[in-house]
Amino acid sequence: MARYIMVIDTRRCVGCMDCVVACKTEHGIPEGYTRDWITETVRGEQPTTQLEIRSERCNHCDNPPCVYCCPTGASHIHERGGVVLVTPEKCIGCKACLAACPYNARYIHPDGYADKCTFCIDRVEKGLKPACVSVCPTHCMHFGDADDPLSDVSRLLASRPNHTLLPEAGTKPRIFYLT
Amino acid sequence: MNPLSRRRFLQISAASIVAAGAASRATRALAASTSPVPRRGLRRVPTFCDICFWKCNAIATVRDGRLWKIEGNPDDPLSHGRLCPRGTGGIGAHTDPDRLRAPLIRTHERGEEKWREVTWDEALEYVAERMKKIAAEHGPESMALFAHGIGGAFVRHTLKAYGTPNIAAPSFAQCRGPRDVGFTLTYGEDVGSPERTDIANTDCLVLIGSHLGENMHNTQVQEFATAVGRGATIIVVDPRFSVAASKAKHYLPIRPGTDLALLLAWMHVLVTEKLYDADYVAKHGYGFEAFAASLAPYTPEWAYPETGIDPDTIRATAREMARCRPATLVHPGRHSNWAGDDAQRSRAIALLNALLGSWGRKGGLYYPASMDVPGYPYPKYPKPKRPPVDNPGKKYPFASEAITTGVREATISAQPYPIKGWMVYATNLMQSLPNQAETIRAIQALDLLVVIDVIPSEIAGWADVVLPESNYLERYDDLNVDLFREPYVALRQPVVESPHDQKPGWWIAKQLAGKLGLEAYYPWRDIEEYLDHRLKGANLSLAQLKQCGVVRGPHQPIYFEEGVPAEFGTPSGKIEFYSNQLAKAGFDPVPRYQPPEPPPAGAYRLLYGRAPMHSFSRTQTNRLLSDLMSENVVWLNATEARRLGLKSGDWVRLRNQDGVVSNRVRVKATERIRPDCVYMVHGFGHTARGLRHALGKGASDTQLITRYKVDPLMGGTAMNVNFVTVEPQMEA
Amino acid sequence: MTPVEFTTYRHNPLIDPGLHLWGWQIPVYLYLGGLVAGLMILSGYHVLRAQWDRDRAHGHYVTAPLLSLALLSAGMLALFLDLEHKLYVWRLYLTFRVTSPMSWGSWILLLVYPALVASALLTLPDALPRLVRLVPGLGRLASAMEARPIFVQATGFANIALGVMLGIYTGVLLSSLGARPLWNSALLGPLFLFSGLSTGAAALHLLSHLRVPEARDEGDFGDALISALVHWLRPPEAGAEGHRKLEHADNSFLTIEFALLALFLGGLLTSTAAHQAGAQLLLTGPWGAPFWVLVVGAGIVLPLTLQYLQAQRKIRATIVPAVLVLGGGLALRFILVGAGQASAWTISLS
Ligand SMILES: Nc1nc2c(c(=O)[nH]1)N[C@H]1C(S)=C(S)[C@@H](COP(=O)(O)OP(=O)(O)OC[C@H]3O[C@@H](n4cnc5c(=O)[nH]c(N)nc54)[C@H](O)[C@@H]3O)O[C@H]1N2
Ligand SMILES: Nc1nc2c(c(=O)[nH]1)N[C@H]1C(S)=C(S)[C@@H](COP(=O)(O)OP(=O)(O)OC[C@H]3O[C@@H](n4cnc5c(=O)[nH]c(N)nc54)[C@H](O)[C@@H]3O)O[C@H]1N2
Ligand code: SF4
Ligand code: SF4
Ligand code: SF4
Ligand code: SF4
Ligand code: SF4
Ligand SMILES: [Mo]
Repeated sequence: MARYIMVIDTRRCVGCMDCVVACKTEHGIPEGYTRDWITETVRGEQPTTQLEIRSERCNHCDNPPCVYCCPTGASHIHERGGVVLVTPEKCIGCKACLAACPYNARYIHPDGYADKCTFCIDRVEKGLKPACVSVCPTHCMHFGDADDPLSDVSRLLASRPNHTLLPEAGTKPRIFYLT
Repeated sequence: MNPLSRRRFLQISAASIVAAGAASRATRALAASTSPVPRRGLRRVPTFCDICFWKCNAIATVRDGRLWKIEGNPDDPLSHGRLCPRGTGGIGAHTDPDRLRAPLIRTHERGEEKWREVTWDEALEYVAERMKKIAAEHGPESMALFAHGIGGAFVRHTLKAYGTPNIAAPSFAQCRGPRDVGFTLTYGEDVGSPERTDIANTDCLVLIGSHLGENMHNTQVQEFATAVGRGATIIVVDPRFSVAASKAKHYLPIRPGTDLALLLAWMHVLVTEKLYDADYVAKHGYGFEAFAASLAPYTPEWAYPETGIDPDTIRATAREMARCRPATLVHPGRHSNWAGDDAQRSRAIALLNALLGSWGRKGGLYYPASMDVPGYPYPKYPKPKRPPVDNPGKKYPFASEAITTGVREATISAQPYPIKGWMVYATNLMQSLPNQAETIRAIQALDLLVVIDVIPSEIAGWADVVLPESNYLERYDDLNVDLFREPYVALRQPVVESPHDQKPGWWIAKQLAGKLGLEAYYPWRDIEEYLDHRLKGANLSLAQLKQCGVVRGPHQPIYFEEGVPAEFGTPSGKIEFYSNQLAKAGFDPVPRYQPPEPPPAGAYRLLYGRAPMHSFSRTQTNRLLSDLMSENVVWLNATEARRLGLKSGDWVRLRNQDGVVSNRVRVKATERIRPDCVYMVHGFGHTARGLRHALGKGASDTQLITRYKVDPLMGGTAMNVNFVTVEPQMEA
Repeated sequence: MTPVEFTTYRHNPLIDPGLHLWGWQIPVYLYLGGLVAGLMILSGYHVLRAQWDRDRAHGHYVTAPLLSLALLSAGMLALFLDLEHKLYVWRLYLTFRVTSPMSWGSWILLLVYPALVASALLTLPDALPRLVRLVPGLGRLASAMEARPIFVQATGFANIALGVMLGIYTGVLLSSLGARPLWNSALLGPLFLFSGLSTGAAALHLLSHLRVPEARDEGDFGDALISALVHWLRPPEAGAEGHRKLEHADNSFLTIEFALLALFLGGLLTSTAAHQAGAQLLLTGPWGAPFWVLVVGAGIVLPLTLQYLQAQRKIRATIVPAVLVLGGGLALRFILVGAGQASAWTISLS
């Protein structure tokens, strides 16, 4: 039973947004919407300024409020890798899951259902890497099975300091940022 | 032996060896593309990207007849299978609803952007007639061509056949010119594009400006990330805390325009502390003593008040560079038109690399190789009766390419002889040349302005005839055989059909030649014949390239260590620390510092640069890319912003020293920039009505660059010499 | 603390720059849901009372079930209008998600209807005598039901129980959304329940003041309906039993609601920074003014005082307090739904 996670090296990431375009083309995300995005956090003053650039998306939380609050089961945890998915045909568009996500990782697709990052499960099941990971020109994104101690994600987490987003929200996010 | 002859000697082997290996690689990578074009299902077509001039090799996937995605070609030495965001977003260039759709002939005043749609035949007839008239009345030299990028190959060919020597591109006088001249003066060779920088193997990378990560030249950024990942020392010199700066061990927030002072101080430290590569200098250097002596006054203490970089940091960074040499790379930069001392500053960068012994060494600046793919055997071009107008009397003695702004000047002044016609291919002169008023004045002096573009750009707005070209995903172009780390030859081929009545550049150029009575210069029936003929010359074939897109030659020696002969194309045959050429021409034989003019009180120096997801002024209507960044913002130091009562997101207008006022644009109040300058991404603030999606979004740096300093050595136009005040803008 | 600049390049509709998922529909839905919950509890209680107190004045209690059916349907319509994927609404009833308040809610609502219909039937002869006379079947059904005490008691208890569930659910719907710290309090359920009770009582109270002229006592079904309306709108003679009861009820509900509101905010203020920030949105932030004026002032304190004075016979009884309470309840839903969407965790920087 795999447990898919993403490990992103903020030291290599340059914020180019290739991951964002790749997601938009791969999945035909409509203009004006996005499943992943870049944030920049600047701390300190010149010349000791620090900048952390992050590629963010649904964290596929181990403890996903978006799934718990869904009245129809449209939001669910996929048997493969524990990925959090939405079944459009079950979604009534009540937006509870949007309100439940502390990361605002979801949006309402113009067709009316809740949409978000799927960890490219369709690609992953074909043995491919997620689209965003596969294009990243700085190779700063890593995707793999946290339950496999030999996977490069496991090794990276073991070997480098890292953090998740909003641990205090208690959702147990599964995207880790190397610092 | 100069690099050209070196290339020649390696090619014969190259092609033959590769021809074998290529097929197998091809089939592995792209089995699908061999099958006949299916309407349904997937089709993968290799080609190379054209959103910028890096020309990464890509594989476009067509799903059920519609362009789905574009990915890097895994066999590509440039992209290693990963494109930059602009390349990935190239689909948006194909589907851009604002594209030019049919040939247009002007019906109203120039610049009113009013045309009538015409047939290709009528448009080209119109152009040919007027070109003949110009040739008859003023001579063919009076027709100038501005063409940027590989797509211009055939238009260039036609215009040369027509008989004009006046062919220029902004890639020299507005871009890498000063750098290439500075390096050629020192090493007898320029840096080229793609740059010969061995970032992948460097232990210490020094970036002066060069905002890699925002400047998204793919291989450079990939190798930069590798260097960062490897823990190489990164030193970034930039008035702005660039993305690259955020990865640096040493960030030097320098006073804009004072880099030469820092470079001299660094070299002073290396020389006085005997940290430089003495053997290398002794072996390859010329005039070192005179040079070393000239450095005496440039102590870090002297540089401090100029640059704002404290002496300890200058010493520490100099020592770090020395510690890592020869695998220390002081990046030559690319867009080097900053302050007016640019060729000399670039020469100082060249000399710093020489002191560190990094030229020709692993982790420094390598010797690139390229495949030798013979050109097509065309008839000889007619010899122009008059010399080019851009650099009369070699006013700029070291200019190694045509100067766009020189052609513009001649067009205005009609000196040394009148320029009556412009053909403009793939360059938006209104955005790429400084001082738009001068460009407009030049245009007013023309009898004919033809613009070949894909979208109704600003320059197209002034044209008499607008010719809509097929997008790069819809056409063949000439082969790409750039010099690089590894030799390769790459093909651009159509992936999808043009959505409307657009035509490929080669077709336009060939048709025009026909109407000009220059058929003789187009012996080939269509471009496939042309390409196949060239490829056969390298023991390859079009069929093969259509399958795999890129064919790589075997690795060639690229370092002295690997046996590259240490020969330099300078007069002395050595690395010229002291330049007699410069002395003879009345310039400083060794770089000498002149302080820049400080900003007037309350004004900021206007700086500009790149955003990773946009290319110049060409991508703002690309819906995929504009979705990532739809307008640029003005970076303003946080403290200054507070002083002006501004916060991020507030609207302002910029007013420059000549009273020019910008579009409404938002402020980014940030610690990431010095208090004496503001910064914006180039390419925004479009004014062309046809660019519906981009019209009026953000502000144009070019509009505010009314002033430029011309580099006395080579005629480059330094553009970081404008000062702006920031005016809060109440109305939303 | 070093200055922090945070920039996000996300720009999704309804999400950025600030969350605005829910407009008027959800506040209205929560409001009507609470109001109906209140009415159900009150009328449920009445139905039970009626058991051992046959001949006491029914007054306006008897109209509560019918009124509730109307209001609840309006609320459900508002909820439906908010759905983005309307055609799939039936999916709600193909499953029960124990962790989803909204799933609970949709099933509770499914039970609420029969309970309301039952009590409506029970009270129909008193509520719509003319209608019953015109459609004798209804009357027979009603008396048949009344004849079975178990059934009457079941109806009464069901209404009370479901009313309580419904009332609490309208609050839990929000409080379960941990991502919005302001909502993240166990007291939101009880708060909405008692707000529901106070508005419910106020609604009945309001009815008791409405008077309309007598209508003629013959004619066709139309007349029947009209005169029926007239009949059940006619309040009991002033100062009647139920009337004062309501005043007392309403005041106690309001007082409890007030206490819960205070505890709710107090709880947030003693919790994490995010929760405190959430509470500040109401106390001092952009929502401060409407909160203090509409919810606390006009919605609770003022009506409390007025009804107290009325009870003391210091001032004439008017519909003013009732109207204020009803308005305050609506404002409470709008402000909590609005401010809640503005309250968020801020990404940690480490
Ligand atoms: N995404 C993207 N990438 C591109 C392009 C594009 O259009 N889009 N264009 C490509 C082309 S053709 C070129 S030429 C390059 C240009 O890219 P570069 O060659 O990197 O251009 P520069 O002008 O060196 O970089 C601009 C940086 O220089 C800093 N700067 C400004 N003035 C000074 C100064 O006085 N001293 C110092 N030390 N720094 C200064 C600015 O703050 C900014 O960070 O980008 C290439 N890459
Ligand atoms: N103010 C300011 N000026 C600058 C710069 C700056 O940073 N600031 N940068 C300088 C540098 S480094 C450079 S390299 C130059 C670049 O200058 P340009 O090469 O002029 O770059 P663009 O402004 O993108 O203009 C390119 C034009 O070609 C069109 N085009 C795009 N694709 C095609 C195609 O396939 N076929 C045809 N026919 N046309 C096409 C685009 O629509 C656009 O109108 O600008 C220089 N000038
Ligand atoms: S593609 Fe890679 S480098 Fe670029 S922004 Fe995304 S994660 Fe960062
Ligand atoms: S990030 Fe948001 S949407 Fe994704 S699993 Fe976690 S809570 Fe659900
Ligand atoms: S919007 Fe769709 S996915 Fe989200 S909670 Fe409602 S039904 Fe479930
Ligand atoms: S994993 Fe797939 S869906 Fe998720 S952001 Fe990356 S590309 Fe988009
Ligand atoms: S760097 Fe980007 S835009 Fe330029 S050629 Fe490569 S992929 Fe295309
Ligand atoms: Mo350039």
